[in-house]
Amino acid sequence: MRRVRLTYLDHMIRQPVIYQMGKDFDVVTNIRRADIQENIAWVILELEGDEIEIDNALEWASSLGVRVDPALGDLVEG
Amino acid sequence: MANTISLRCRECSRDYPIEPLNVCEFCFGPLEVVYDYGAINASTSREKIASGPRSMWRYADFLPADYNPVTDINAGFTPLIRSRNLAEELGLKELYIKNDSVNPSYSFKDRVVSVASAKALEFGFDTIACASTGNLAGAVSAHAARSGMKAYVFIPSDLEAGKVLTAAIYGATIVSVDGSYDVVNRLCSELADKYRWAFVNINVRPFYADGSKTLGYEVAEQLGWKAPVHAVAPAASGAMFTKIWKGLNEFADAGLIDTPVNTHMHLAQAEGCSPIASAYLDDRFIIKPVKPDSVAKSLAIGNPADGYYALKTIESSGGSAVVVEENEVSEGVKLLARTEGIFTEGAGGVAISALKKLAQSGTIKPNDQTVVYITGNGLKTVELVQDVVHPLLIEPTVDAFEAAVDTKVS
Repeated sequence: MRRVRLTYLDHMIRQPVIYQMGKDFDVVTNIRRADIQENIAWVILELEGDEIEIDNALEWASSLGVRVDPALGDLVEG
Repeated sequence: MANTISLRCRECSRDYPIEPLNVCEFCFGPLEVVYDYGAINASTSREKIASGPRSMWRYADFLPADYNPVTDINAGFTPLIRSRNLAEELGLKELYIKNDSVNPSYSFKDRVVSVASAKALEFGFDTIACASTGNLAGAVSAHAARSGMKAYVFIPSDLEAGKVLTAAIYGATIVSVDGSYDVVNRLCSELADKYRWAFVNINVRPFYADGSKTLGYEVAEQLGWKAPVHAVAPAASGAMFTKIWKGLNEFADAGLIDTPVNTHMHLAQAEGCSPIASAYLDDRFIIKPVKPDSVAKSLAIGNPADGYYALKTIESSGGSAVVVEENEVSEGVKLLARTEGIFTEGAGGVAISALKKLAQSGTIKPNDQTVVYITGNGLKTVELVQDVVHPLLIEPTVDAFEAAVDTKVS
């Protein structure tokens, strides 16, 4: 299982990215927290499935322009 | 015993026991320590604090771990210096510099790791770990050396030699990860799940973060038991910024300083990595993560865990956020060194340049009592200001010296 934070900007907010992710990749998606506003949104998403399939699903989301980050924030500190 | 009751989710307020946890299993919000303020406020006093150790542990009543001499490397109680020259240059009459660059491992990270390592021992861990590009690595390694714990420090493989050395010298196992910053993030998340270690900013983060509250307490005590009108601090994850504010408010609630706290909290970031300050300037509470590209490397957190809470702190305190340009980072470092004899790293340069902007814009008025936080030491990042080195080259004679000086003067 992996938890990530997806950040959507502008037009991507209107796209059914998580639905499509579950349809096109063999992953189970589960929204844990989210804040959707007019021009920006974030979603904490849990993904279950094969690690490679999760990687592929997240790469696909990135390629659409959705930003994918660690759910807990960056762990590498100064 | 520490005056703690539980951990509580900052989003849904669900309670958890005092254990190495950092995230709510239900809503995935971050956990924060809940204190028994009745017990704290009944036992603390100005006299008790003033007679305590000359370290951050003089505020042990307010911390989530018991004082443990095994881990203590004497972090905190760093100087608060009344500025003369910098204040004059900026047109301010009452400016103070909180010089936290003189902590044992030369950054404010000693405060958070001091609490994290004490708590790690309480929890029975024998290993502490972190992922860092500098200051945190040094603080974790130094505390591990003192306490006898094992330490693993994960760094990106392209880290500068000086930063690797200032962690390695204390004997930690340095793991240089071949890959980008994102890859190191991902690996550490997986390791934190797999190994029973105290990952200071992951599974013991609620305790770790509260070490920064002492930056609020100390300034209040050193100002003569009062909160300043303005506080200017750099931000990376945003945790330290929120905890300074929390510390001041806890002191007020305990009757140690006047209530309410009227300090305006000003957050400073550099243009190359300013996700929190940019959100403030765009008037939004959603952080847009960025890929860091800044010379202020200790502030280079593109996806800040406490960004939202830092924005709420700005809002609650009537403060602001400032973005300084990349060239202003080293200018700030040089300005502080030239005027006050304090050599800070890039984060300090960001804070000084932000302070300058706040003074120039009139946000900070000349008579306002102001504190600027200097959180790290310049000796770790000498490459940032290498251009100041241009010595006069002379033959070993008095004539040559005088000729060179005359040449320079003319």
